Amino acid sequence: MNHAIRADKFLLDADRTTWHDETLWFVREKRDRAVYAVPEFQELRELASGIKNHTLSRLDLYLREFEAAAQANGVHVHWAADAAEHNAIILDIIQKEGATRIVKSKSMLTEECHLNPYLIKHGIEVVDTDLGERIIQFRDEAPSHIVLPAIHLKKEDVGDTFHTHLGTNKGENDPQRLTEAARQHLRAKFLAGQVAISGVNFAIAETGAVVVCTNEGNADLGVNLARVHIAAMGIEKIIPRLSDLGVFTRLLARSATGQPVTTYTSHFTKPAAGKEMHIVIVDNGRTQQLGRPDFRASLKCIRCGACMNTCPVYRRSGGHSYDFTVPGPIGAILSPNIDMKKHSSLPFASTLCGSCTDVCPVKIDIHTQLYKWRQVLGEANEIPASKKWSMKFMGRVLASTRVYGLGGQFARKALRLLPHGLTHAPSMNAWAVARELPEAPKQSFREWYAKQPAPAAAQPAQPQIPA
Amino acid sequence: MALTRRREVSRLYIVEEETAKMKVALFVPCYIDQFYPQVGIATLQLLEKLGVQAHFPAQQTCCGQPLANSGCERDALPIYKHFVETFSDYDYVVAPSGSCVYHVRKHFDKLDQTADVQHVRGAAYDLIDFISTVLNVTEIPGAFPHKVGLHLSCHGQRGLHQANESEMTPVRDGQLRRLMASLDGIELTQLNRNDECCGFGGTFCVSEAGISARMGQDRVADHVLNGTQVLTGSDMSCLMHLEGIVRRAKLPIKVMHAAEILNGVVNG
Repeated sequence: MNHAIRADKFLLDADRTTWHDETLWFVREKRDRAVYAVPEFQELRELASGIKNHTLSRLDLYLREFEAAAQANGVHVHWAADAAEHNAIILDIIQKEGATRIVKSKSMLTEECHLNPYLIKHGIEVVDTDLGERIIQFRDEAPSHIVLPAIHLKKEDVGDTFHTHLGTNKGENDPQRLTEAARQHLRAKFLAGQVAISGVNFAIAETGAVVVCTNEGNADLGVNLARVHIAAMGIEKIIPRLSDLGVFTRLLARSATGQPVTTYTSHFTKPAAGKEMHIVIVDNGRTQQLGRPDFRASLKCIRCGACMNTCPVYRRSGGHSYDFTVPGPIGAILSPNIDMKKHSSLPFASTLCGSCTDVCPVKIDIHTQLYKWRQVLGEANEIPASKKWSMKFMGRVLASTRVYGLGGQFARKALRLLPHGLTHAPSMNAWAVARELPEAPKQSFREWYAKQPAPAAAQPAQPQIPA
Repeated sequence: MALTRRREVSRLYIVEEETAKMKVALFVPCYIDQFYPQVGIATLQLLEKLGVQAHFPAQQTCCGQPLANSGCERDALPIYKHFVETFSDYDYVVAPSGSCVYHVRKHFDKLDQTADVQHVRGAAYDLIDFISTVLNVTEIPGAFPHKVGLHLSCHGQRGLHQANESEMTPVRDGQLRRLMASLDGIELTQLNRNDECCGFGGTFCVSEAGISARMGQDRVADHVLNGTQVLTGSDMSCLMHLEGIVRRAKLPIKVMHAAEILNGVVNG
């Protein structure tokens, strides 16, 4: 199943599509206002991009600097080549602690590694403590957005979910009451948590500290109540110095939700007395992407989600239509690196409008990379055969003036002569499902031009005024 | 028209001497040639009224973008070469479609960068860009007393920087807006979403037909809501898609390329 088919399912509910589009556009507009209010915003993007490019160019050195600094702080550092190692390392830490109750704050990396089902299979209770994550965990769904994981759900959906799982009154849709129910439920889970797992927004090579940005404070609550903290991070989360952090915190929340800064920006440097802190550093395909010059810059991503909020396709197809942990434009350039065959339709799920590139706070050339993935997929025969052969045919036609001219005459004549029902049959013409074809003129421009006296004299044309 | 050295060439139109000497080719993209000849004609006539005698090299076909955007860049290379051979003798190559121009400028990097290739890439101009930045024309004398909605093509706006982007600034400014605003009696539609993509996207319009149509319907709805009578832009590919939606829904909006409007009002 490709993106277009999954998108069509989402589109079937036209009202929900409108609501989804407008909700995310609201976030995009909020982002715009926050961005306009910072005169140096474009310079900040340039600076952030430069810091990330520099860091990626010597990632091995900064990772080792980070490891040494973290170890000096008394933190256990683990290296995981892939998702399986990541999951095994975390299970091992949990089992050594003799723990069975885990509280987790938001981490796209653990989603990517499918940590939850792995731990549950080993008899561990895992509770996602981010509100949106908890909602989709109840529903056994994947996040549909990296910052707003339950954005595909309306408050009525949440009401139904909480009625089933938390015993709220049937039909209770008041956001305040629903949030309070989640708060009470999660409070008990926090107090019982033995190991807290968090993601990492930024890892500072100089200090060995990790920084976690949340709006709900759930990472702080979980980490401070549990004896063991495990922070999971991709290798690309490194920034060189603490003084670089401000560049990114100024960009992250503004780009993500239009806030000046996240409510909590928590620095975890060393374990408290009697406690343990672990950092799991994960590759899982990232070095492979680092080795692709055209796609390396995708590793600059700070996971703000701005490209999703602005993407006119994402807003109308929903995050699940991408069938990848990270949806939207950034997901469409990350996913082929992981599985080119499975995700071959994602780089084509774009008009290449370029809005993603323009909102990206670290200036990833997303739409250019989408274009380049298309070429990689074309060369690897991962595009539909019908498309491939029709393009080969078109290539022949358009490289020859004569064939092109004759083909055009034939097509226009056919369009004029054939009945509308046939030229516009939805089964044969995807264009015509929702659109009329252009009216085929008797004469092409080149045919008209050939009949003009040389040089072509400009005939005064009458303005065409609408009826 | 803010021109420094002027001479009369015909009726009301005045041009710089250098302008009259420029060797300008008209590139009429394949779909305009076949389906919208009137846009090619309007482009040619408008340029002539502005003092530019553009020539249409008859061997031209297409820029190759449909193939390359589909992941078949390799199959497009003969088309690229044909394009460069066709246009390398001209000072400027002007087309009423920013998307094709953007493709020539940005993606002809796949060819060996001979002097001809580099020249053609630099010489390619969208019509409105050419009028605004090469001819330095910022006002068009004429009246168009209608409510006009602008459709900013993404490749023209974000790719060729012909207009401000809402991602960067709240100021709505651009070449097409300035030229249109100079017409007497015109009222420009204030859209809710100034520069959202229309959803055409080349082969995207059929490979993701559902999303493409929905995007186009939403774009048109914004114009309907805000009172657009004439929907215009400088990229006929977006307009072909939007016109298809307008006609299917039988909406009271006329879709015209900017060249048609500008050429139509400047009659002398």
